[in-house]
Amino acid sequence: MATEAQESVDLTPLLPVLERWAPRGRSGLLPALLEAQTHYGYIPPAVAAEIARSLGVPLADVHGVIEFYALLYNEPVGRTVLRVCTDPACALRGGEQVLHAACALAGVEEGETSADGAITVERSPCLGHCNSGVSVNVSFGRPVRNITFAHVTPETVGDLVDGRGRTTADFWSEDYVGGDLCIITPLCGRGRRTKLLEYEAVGGMQALRKVLASMTPQQVIETMRRSELLGRGGAAFPTWAKWEGAAKAPGRPKYFVINADESEPGTFKDRVLLEGDPCRVLEGAIIGAYAVGASRIYIYIRGEYPLAIERVEAALQELREAGYLGERILGSDFSIDVEVRSGAGAYICGEETALFESIEGKRGFPRVKPPFPTTHGLFGKPTAINNVETLAQTPYIINQGPDAFLRLGTADSAGPKLLCVSGDVVRPGLYEIGFGVTLRHLLENLAGGVVGGRLQALLIGGAAGTFATPAQLDTPITFQGLRAAGLTLGSGAIMVFNDKRDLRDVLRRLARFFAHESCGKCYPCQLGTQRQYEILERLAEGQPLPGDVIRLQDVGWTMTDASLCGLGQTAASAVLSAMKHWPHLFANGSARHA
Amino acid sequence: MPEVTLTIDGRTVTAPEGMTILKAAETIGIRIPTICYHEACTANAICRMCVVEVEKQRLLQPACVVQVREGMVVHTRSERVERSRRTILEMLDSAVDLSDAPEIQAQMAEYNVNHNRFPGAERRTPPVIDDNPMYVRDYAKCILCWRCVQVCAEDAQYTFALGFDGRGFHTQIGTFFDLPMPETTCVFCGQCVGVCPTGALKPRREWLLEQGKTPDEILQMSRTARRKARRAQR
Repeated sequence: MATEAQESVDLTPLLPVLERWAPRGRSGLLPALLEAQTHYGYIPPAVAAEIARSLGVPLADVHGVIEFYALLYNEPVGRTVLRVCTDPACALRGGEQVLHAACALAGVEEGETSADGAITVERSPCLGHCNSGVSVNVSFGRPVRNITFAHVTPETVGDLVDGRGRTTADFWSEDYVGGDLCIITPLCGRGRRTKLLEYEAVGGMQALRKVLASMTPQQVIETMRRSELLGRGGAAFPTWAKWEGAAKAPGRPKYFVINADESEPGTFKDRVLLEGDPCRVLEGAIIGAYAVGASRIYIYIRGEYPLAIERVEAALQELREAGYLGERILGSDFSIDVEVRSGAGAYICGEETALFESIEGKRGFPRVKPPFPTTHGLFGKPTAINNVETLAQTPYIINQGPDAFLRLGTADSAGPKLLCVSGDVVRPGLYEIGFGVTLRHLLENLAGGVVGGRLQALLIGGAAGTFATPAQLDTPITFQGLRAAGLTLGSGAIMVFNDKRDLRDVLRRLARFFAHESCGKCYPCQLGTQRQYEILERLAEGQPLPGDVIRLQDVGWTMTDASLCGLGQTAASAVLSAMKHWPHLFANGSARHA
Repeated sequence: MPEVTLTIDGRTVTAPEGMTILKAAETIGIRIPTICYHEACTANAICRMCVVEVEKQRLLQPACVVQVREGMVVHTRSERVERSRRTILEMLDSAVDLSDAPEIQAQMAEYNVNHNRFPGAERRTPPVIDDNPMYVRDYAKCILCWRCVQVCAEDAQYTFALGFDGRGFHTQIGTFFDLPMPETTCVFCGQCVGVCPTGALKPRREWLLEQGKTPDEILQMSRTARRKARRAQR
């Protein structure tokens, strides 16, 4: 089979791809595969073999990488690939119906390609448009283009098929951005990218100028330490400590990485920042790279965010032309540039060490820690890696000083925070708040309250988060306040469910997400996410088995206690919290069949 | 080399800095169970059977890679540890054919594994791959310990014939676009067969004997015998 295919494939379109990426060796593998796929629609064996040869990567490893990433294909797919989000937020708006309509249109089951090769339909994990679902990511045409659409309905999903001329604008309403504060989102949600000149006009890039003109790297780190900024990606680790660790670590070169692989279901803040105001994030990263002594910045953006990738590229071009990037920037001794890397469909690559592996051209397997990224990060070198929102906070801290930043929060939780509100509320959207306001304020005053019924539950922190009940609405949104209530802020996603919703269906979707996204490295997660999904699937279908409650607990606690990385450690978090709050959801079913 | 003193299951142990908890426990006769671990392979902390409870650590720690530290207090058989180990074994048992894995069978007996813990669970049951004269690959028995991939690569042979298909529960060891072994870089060194703990990789002759073939029949399957037979037909 392979030999046949090798004879029939024209390798000419591959030449410029190889010219670009072969000098990078294995690190060029993912970009080379993604670019090759835009020409061929998939990766034919002959193409994979040629890439392997040119980049010096073993054949089996190239195949393993193609197999790992959901957006890469090792066999032909339809001229249009429809990836329909059916994760909780989109499911509330009819994701399942859109998926069925797409399947009916193509005459296939999910995961299949129509007989004429026109359409492939896939079920997709969260696409980060939870405030404007149903969201569908579409690859179409030759060379393949990729667009993520919002507000898709069963009636309109057919319009997304190649050749019908639809553009993003036909399926778009700009993200709603609101809240009590406007520190990091003043230029977001305006329907377009804020250009560098506009950002500069409101004081943008002043923080970088100040840092380069008058601050040592140590002073920058000290300023960050006094600001008490904690990472906004979910782990809430002190930003200054990462920077100091990488700055002090022996070894060169050093790297600075922007983690823009936002994939936590219910989370879209990083997308909104990168689409609306990328220069702010990049300014924060350049400051961070200066503090760390890094010689290169990588920004790893999830592959399902094509618009964010395009706009970051455009912003980088402006920054280079204006002298903010390149050799000896702004007349200083500091040289730096940014390289954009696209993900290819793997939630696990948001885990920092898996992200490094991915940039290095490997399957996104998380590494055993320690050693930590500050000493052994990207390419084994000292690396600081921060979330997009974390970096967007940095210019304000430098400009206004750490005290001003501290005043925006509470004693234990400094600064502004972005919260992604989705689900059954009047105004789903991105909200910028100061730490310390209550969940009730967010839900009732900012998001306009619950629609479609009374409040049943909040899911805080995404799929890896925990459920809150209406009785917990007066919990203050701070790291400590939420922890005291048995909750976790995580990535800042808050999904709202009214009392008409079946939480068992929500749990099934969360479980399917983790089973789909587990990398398969460690046993507790590889096996546990699958078993958890199977149990919750039959629970949602009303057919639980006796003993399923204990089974879920054993699987859940084993994943939590014994998994290698954060994915497995949190894969049962929402389920275990639901079992605590609403035992009847689980017990009723069991009793019925016992 | 500097030494550290720690406590394992209430007993004081002195061990050189840099030693793993697994090895330090061994020095006082405490055996921590392992599945993926192999002396000749890089430890990857995959199977998590060796997890132990270390005081002041939120999560269980894999003993095969975590190094001893001064004052560490380790519990190798706490309730949390036992639950994780039993559940890992039960989940593995529900997914994979462990009939050829005596070490894991012994562990299942020790941890009172319920062999029907996960009714209705999807099992991994790919067909046997018999594509070369040296060994067969029965991935229904594969526990994804990675040993074969590691010895085929940097841990021993630098051949890089083996890699991964799929991901998550549906991961399987495979070759470039599922090519038959003779069409890959495989040099038939046999190291992968040597480190396989579950009989997923097996010498072809052993496998044929298990299939009920007699030694004579197996001899007839050799290339020379087949050539002779073809010539006789002409």
